[in-house]
Amino acid sequence: MATDARSTQREQPPTLVIEPPRGWARLGGRELWQYRELLYFLTWRNILVRYKQAVLGVLWAVLNPVITMLVFTVLFNKILGVDSGSGHVPYAVFTFAGLLPWNLFALSLSSAGTSLVGNANLITKVYFPRLVIPSSSVLGTLPDFLIGFGVLAVLMAVYQVVPTWHVVFLPFFVLLALVTALGVSLWLSALYVLYRDVQHVIPFLVQLWFFLTPVFYPTSEIPSGWASVIYNLNPMTGVVGGFRWALLGQQPPGTLFWLSAAMSLLVFVAGLFYFRRMERIFADVV
Amino acid sequence: MSTAISISELGKRYLIGAQRERADNLRDAITNAATAPVRRLRHAGSSSGHVNELWALRDVNLDVEAGQVLGVIGRNGAGKSTLLKILSRITQPTEGRIVINGRVGSLLEVGTGFHQELSGRENIYLNGAILGMTRAEIGRKFDDIVEFSEIAGFLETPVKRYSTGMFVRLAFAVAAHLEPEILLVDEVLSVGDLAFQRKCLGQMEEIAGSGRTVVFVSHNMVAVRGLCSRVVEIQAGHVVADGPPDDTVNSYIASQSATGGAVLHLPRPLGKPEELVITAVRVVDERGGTEGPFHSSRPLGVEIDIDVARENEAYQVGFDLLSTDGHVLRSWHTDGPPDAWPPIGTGRSTLRCVIPAGLLNQGRYAVAPRADVYRSYWVVNGDDAIWFEVVKDHLESPFSLTANPGTLAPLLDWSAAEADCPTGSADSGSAVSRPSA
Repeated sequence: MATDARSTQREQPPTLVIEPPRGWARLGGRELWQYRELLYFLTWRNILVRYKQAVLGVLWAVLNPVITMLVFTVLFNKILGVDSGSGHVPYAVFTFAGLLPWNLFALSLSSAGTSLVGNANLITKVYFPRLVIPSSSVLGTLPDFLIGFGVLAVLMAVYQVVPTWHVVFLPFFVLLALVTALGVSLWLSALYVLYRDVQHVIPFLVQLWFFLTPVFYPTSEIPSGWASVIYNLNPMTGVVGGFRWALLGQQPPGTLFWLSAAMSLLVFVAGLFYFRRMERIFADVV
Repeated sequence: MSTAISISELGKRYLIGAQRERADNLRDAITNAATAPVRRLRHAGSSSGHVNELWALRDVNLDVEAGQVLGVIGRNGAGKSTLLKILSRITQPTEGRIVINGRVGSLLEVGTGFHQELSGRENIYLNGAILGMTRAEIGRKFDDIVEFSEIAGFLETPVKRYSTGMFVRLAFAVAAHLEPEILLVDEVLSVGDLAFQRKCLGQMEEIAGSGRTVVFVSHNMVAVRGLCSRVVEIQAGHVVADGPPDDTVNSYIASQSATGGAVLHLPRPLGKPEELVITAVRVVDERGGTEGPFHSSRPLGVEIDIDVARENEAYQVGFDLLSTDGHVLRSWHTDGPPDAWPPIGTGRSTLRCVIPAGLLNQGRYAVAPRADVYRSYWVVNGDDAIWFEVVKDHLESPFSLTANPGTLAPLLDWSAAEADCPTGSADSGSAVSRPSA
């Protein structure tokens, strides 16, 4: 690493051309790669700051999903009679496994959605690819996820639920969750720079989205046919369903899963282009 | 010599009305989007009748040689900072083209991205990364940065517990260790105490001397003169002067005094509307006239109109007195003995200070108003100044027929030396005003 910086200095000085923007922006992946250390530092800052300001600190990452799981189990399972949809999986494990990717998504939206405006001082004073800001907020939710995952492992051990070999696909679904979260966050964060209404929209959006995602009920509750197709237009349906399949062996991903995954990608790619396009005026407007 | 920065036909337009509308209201945006989505997104082809156009920069052509230290001066709002923001890619130009050869580092503010909750050590890494340093680079320079900042004992303390001075020192220390080939610096030296400002200037001099290309925006004419090898003046978005530092700075100062008279016309009040603003500054003679030239044999009044929104007994108002070349001769503030403090209540009032007769030699001087909350922060930081002319009309000696050099001209008494005569305090004064004829 130490030679890295020096060798770039010794190279032919880079030539930079600054011109008025025209048309749709390129994605600038190479530049993003050059700024990977900034992404690392901002992610690290987001994590550090979140836990430093809270009295209970990291404990929140355990308390939040555990308490939610307890409430869901009592309310939906014991009182309303919702079950996990497959006999060998206890409801507590089922809903906790759904809460993990969901919380990753929800926390990303609320932190990344407002991230550009929250970092307005950076945007107006320093240049770097603006994608770094929402990306670092989304990545900053990973420690919570990992801690929650540790709790889930304990929970599975207690209930003696053994993961199937599908578990090797788990990283893929975590990645899909991140891509989905980032995709939606790109839209929200860019829109928030232009319209402050977005801060009122985010909590509302997260709440509605929660009910449309199979977190506290199994996908088997959704009637097949068109209803099911429409239901799978929700990118989070595939994420949560796939996560449960990989870990608990429930409902293998079918055709409709790919519809949901395609929606994730669509939101993400469109979000990237929209963000890159609007990024030009962030510093002037924010 | 090779060209480091080549700017051609650069222009930047802001659409003032459009921005406000876009930023505030989603409902209107949806209505607009339904009717004219393309116009709204592109800003292009919008009828200029609806929106206020403001060209912050227009037709700027500038080539900066590698190794050159270019100073950029001009009044507030002239477009200096916009130029720097475009060069550092924070905002994009509306027209024109810039070619930059070399790694660019920009320093538009000290302490960008510092987080109050994080410790000094953590902030060094974070701020370094934000300014474009790699982790390895920061690690290598870490000890130097700590030493420069003089806060070694507080590395693990959250920055929110730092004094303003410590904060600024740490922030500047990180920035001072940037090593790009091209460095873009905005007014960052107006922070910190005087000793630290000197240290920063020293560091800047080192950077400038090491063959690096620097673009330096500043109101500090002394710094500009001392550091730059070439200075341009920007006025209303155009480059109006370009040449050796002395030429540009002198013509800038001359133009300031020609247009400014002795009343500082402020396009908008200086300061913080929620706390205190300075609405006008006047240099007046005994009868309240502001026309000048002023006579050295008569006292001068400096009047500062303020408007206070929130009462705070820690407010201090004052001014820097600058010599022709921009050196601060002295600052005076309302912070003398407590029983001499003028009452600063809410609402509008005028503070008056008298510069005694005979203090100033002939020449051109400036008054730059300042206001601060005692030991906390600047409310008005002395960036704007009014210039006035003093004509020498009092004589030290019937034998001196030519003008004496220097800035001070008080009449001092002479007597034959006696054993107990105090000498120390009179040294500087007598050296300046000693008749040369």
